[in-house]
Amino acid sequence: MKVPISWLADYVEIKENIKKYSDMMTMSGSKVEGYENPFHEITNVVTGKITEVTTHPDADKLIVTKVDVKTEIIQIVTGAKNVSKGDIIPIALHNSTLPNGVIITKGQLRGVESNGMMCSIQELNLTVNDFPLASEDGIFILPENTPLGIDIKEVLGLDDTVVEFEITSNRPDCLSIIGLARESAVTLGKKFKLPSISLKENGNGSVSDFIKVTIEDYELCKRYAGKVITDVTIKESPLWMRKRLRDAGVRPINNIVDITNYVMLEYGQPMHAFDLDYLQEKHIIIRRAKEDEIIHTLDDQKRTLNSRNLIIADGDKAIAVAGVMGGANSEVNNDTTSILFESANFDGVSVRLTAKQLGLRTESSSRFEKGLDPYNAESALLRACELVEQLGAGKVVPGIIDCYKELPDKKIVPFRPKKMNEFLGTSIDDKTMVDILTSLEFEVNMEKMEIAVPTFRSDVEAWADISEEVVRFYGYNNIKASLQSGNRATQGIKTYEQRIRDTIRDTMLSMGLMEIYTYSFTSRKVFDKLLLPTDSPLRKTVVITNPLGEDFSIMRTTTIPEMLQVISHNYNRRISKASFFETSHTYHPIEGEKLPNEKNVLTIGLYGDSDFYSIKGMVKTLVEILGINNVRYTLDNDNPSYHPGRCAHVIVNEEIIGTIGEIHPDVANNFETPKRSYIGELDIDKLYKLTNVLKSYNGLPKYPEVDRDLAMVVDETVVTYDIEQVIKSSGGDLLQYVTLFDVYRGEQVGENKKSMAYSLSFRADDRTLTDDEVNKAVAEILLKLDSELGAILR
Amino acid sequence: MKQQLQNILHQVTKQAKDVKSLQDIEKLRVKFLGKKGELTGVLRGMGALSKEERPIIGKLANEVRESIETLIKQANEKLLSIEKNIQFKKEKLDVTMPGKTYEIGKKHPLTLVIEEVENVFLGLGYQIAEGPEIELVHYNFEALNIHEGHPARDEQDTFYIQPDVLLRTQTSPVQIRVMENTQPPIKIICPGRVYRSDAVDATHSPVFHQIEGLVVDKGITMGDLRGTLEVFAKSMFGENTNIRFRPHHFPFTEPSAEVDVSCWNCNGEGCKVCKGEGWVEILGAGMVHPKVLRNCGIDPEIYSGFAFGLGVERTAMGRFGIDDLRLLYENDVRFLQQF
Repeated sequence: MKVPISWLADYVEIKENIKKYSDMMTMSGSKVEGYENPFHEITNVVTGKITEVTTHPDADKLIVTKVDVKTEIIQIVTGAKNVSKGDIIPIALHNSTLPNGVIITKGQLRGVESNGMMCSIQELNLTVNDFPLASEDGIFILPENTPLGIDIKEVLGLDDTVVEFEITSNRPDCLSIIGLARESAVTLGKKFKLPSISLKENGNGSVSDFIKVTIEDYELCKRYAGKVITDVTIKESPLWMRKRLRDAGVRPINNIVDITNYVMLEYGQPMHAFDLDYLQEKHIIIRRAKEDEIIHTLDDQKRTLNSRNLIIADGDKAIAVAGVMGGANSEVNNDTTSILFESANFDGVSVRLTAKQLGLRTESSSRFEKGLDPYNAESALLRACELVEQLGAGKVVPGIIDCYKELPDKKIVPFRPKKMNEFLGTSIDDKTMVDILTSLEFEVNMEKMEIAVPTFRSDVEAWADISEEVVRFYGYNNIKASLQSGNRATQGIKTYEQRIRDTIRDTMLSMGLMEIYTYSFTSRKVFDKLLLPTDSPLRKTVVITNPLGEDFSIMRTTTIPEMLQVISHNYNRRISKASFFETSHTYHPIEGEKLPNEKNVLTIGLYGDSDFYSIKGMVKTLVEILGINNVRYTLDNDNPSYHPGRCAHVIVNEEIIGTIGEIHPDVANNFETPKRSYIGELDIDKLYKLTNVLKSYNGLPKYPEVDRDLAMVVDETVVTYDIEQVIKSSGGDLLQYVTLFDVYRGEQVGENKKSMAYSLSFRADDRTLTDDEVNKAVAEILLKLDSELGAILR
Repeated sequence: MKQQLQNILHQVTKQAKDVKSLQDIEKLRVKFLGKKGELTGVLRGMGALSKEERPIIGKLANEVRESIETLIKQANEKLLSIEKNIQFKKEKLDVTMPGKTYEIGKKHPLTLVIEEVENVFLGLGYQIAEGPEIELVHYNFEALNIHEGHPARDEQDTFYIQPDVLLRTQTSPVQIRVMENTQPPIKIICPGRVYRSDAVDATHSPVFHQIEGLVVDKGITMGDLRGTLEVFAKSMFGENTNIRFRPHHFPFTEPSAEVDVSCWNCNGEGCKVCKGEGWVEILGAGMVHPKVLRNCGIDPEIYSGFAFGLGVERTAMGRFGIDDLRLLYENDVRFLQQF
């Protein structure tokens, strides 16, 4: 909320400089976002009087003038058409500055010296709404009696400082000058001057002669107050009012509309003015709209309403959307002669939903939606009438229309100073508390130990709220820091799962992988890009009903697309190789359950300088560190997203815990990644269960190992896993390790054959092995390799 | 004979100076100390000496032998050291050439911030609590005193799955779940991923991370909140860091505060990082609203508590000087390598 300091000063004395004032207000809970003089850019612009006008010797369209700026007479050349001798105008002197960074210096125009510039209202960043008598397309001519040589900001009232407050949603009362003046007074330790209103009411008749009001829905309209003004003269409002409205960010329009806006800003109570002549049957009805009822609003739009919208209607039709915007049919215009001022209390939620539905959030609706004080409606109405009389805008008809069923009583909450001090960790004495609360217009009854809460403070409900009121003026930063001394101790420790996730992350980092973070939602399109069949379970997703767009419309069931996008991003920036991992969630709906299963997954992605065995090695290292044995890898030639010959299931105890492989070339194409990209997805939830954190020590061997290398030729179709299974099962107890160290294909071994070279290690725990023993074991192995796999020793 | 021995010693002394290689030394050794060597030859003549002379000459002969051995040994060492030096010279490296590179993985900056915060609070006896990202409206709003009709529940801020299921907008629902299931004392922090309907730009992301903290026990005060956050701020931003509470409003705490730390970049003098303010806002905090405690079955007349929360992205950006939030989710290697 933008607040001109001069306006606040009507209700509270502010002597502090603006910086100090802003800091103090921020620290008592009214956060100052910033402050500025909106016209601070205008410097060295003064009033001057044209004393002489002559023609330019070399230009028909220019004139040469002499201007009296009090301290001197200067020569200015101008092309302006609307100026003549005797006019008083704003003069930008040599080295002056104007809004939007414009700098004026002296110079020559067609060979004649010009020592300044005459300003139009646009050049001063003003509009005809601010100064209705100013020329819209010429120099701004000031009233005849304007003194000369005076700073233009002073003359036009452009020298006010405007403070911008951030008002939290619980304090609609502070969306007003009066609310902020009250807060300022308590903050500065000054007295808040409550405005007192006096009315002459010299209009004829009584309000009931002019209008009747019926509330049909008291739930959505708690109060409807109105007063009638006759003999209205529509004209511009005075400079001081236009200036304040403009500084507060509201465009001045005419005296009546300006008064409603002025009162809204001052009292925080939105108001509306209807042209009485256009109200059918002289009857105001506050009712819900009919389905598809249409209203033509002030902003010249036809809007379709429904029964959830509260409207103001006359005997015939909708004339306003309650609390949101008036209708064009009853708008105040230049011919208006009598008006009805509306000051009502509408239900906040209803106004908010209607404004949202219509896409029409206004100054009015944004105040109503926070819930306003019904008592304020009457004060604001009277203030508007007072301004009408002050401005000579019309005659106020005696009497008030005021419809309501019941108005709320003041809330009573217990006063519990001891509890409050215990809660805050303070020792604030009762008197200090009472003083603060009283200045905020809470009434403290020390006998009953009760507090009556002012009606404009609907946010205050119990002792915790009262504590906040006290402590924000006592000073949040006067609370002494403590550290739960004497309390029960707790253990700061990560859970088993959290520690395993740490281990997984550390292992991945140690192998050189970069950790990434990607979004958890994605597009349905990724399933097609992954070549998944239409019945793939991964297509069963959690769907966002109001996504930011199709690209972010479902919760991911696989992390591969995001990993591929990251690979693509880097590859397309000429990064030749990279490896990544992510530990994150995938989301899987569960039939009959509200909440889905959120699975923990590890995703690995590599490209450049890597192959299938790189990613397999990483998985091997990880499971080894987690103490998981019996890991098996089997070809998965059935996964549509992967290369059918280069994809494996990672299997532990017959359960698939993950998939690794080279991405399918078509998928690589779809995601614009390199063809040879390697992806792995491991189920962390399964790793939790398989991890063996218990370590135990086996004695170091006392006797030496005996190594034997053997190279055999097998068919291309024979896989390493099978060879090693045969070796291990036939090698007996003496066999310790089996290590593949070479694979060779070529003419010497024949077509569709390969040579596999293994190093075998034998050892016994109780003796040094003899050659005979080892030979026997090797012979047994060879025999089995031959009989089971057709392997021939080279 | 004595003369002979001294003569031999003299010769060895002289020749040892001239040796050029290990072979020369071996020759020298054979020549004087070998079985057919000169010293051996002389000693063979000992038998011809008198009883009196024998021990004297014997002693001398031993001394000469020791001297010769020493001389040969010294010559040997000298030669070895020369040869070593030659070898060292040959093997001299350009130590300014680059070292071998090892691939090292880097933690993501968001992880760095989360771990740093976790470590501070683990040390203070907090546990790390987690909960679902897809959450019931009840836990995300209702139980946190954000009722139907509250603007925070608007569709324009929140992603909905069903009318009563949403993507959590804060990690606070974890606090509710913990409070419902745990008897005080409760001391937890809840790091996690949260969602809000903000279009992606330099300072907004529909996916981001928060860390919230919660303490509930008998006699917890707002002073305890201040003390805890002071410890936290000093651990994160340095021993000289100060904190400042500003009154604010959150539906689930009362009183509520926004918490500033003195700028880590300029120590509060005012700079670009703190926009000249000297303070940087990092946390929201407050005393748990009695209604929230009651919603979780905890009696606010017996127990009280405080809660606080910080945005991980914002903290990481401030800490590392990252000027565009999108970098955190783009995962450009050249960005990730810098952490």
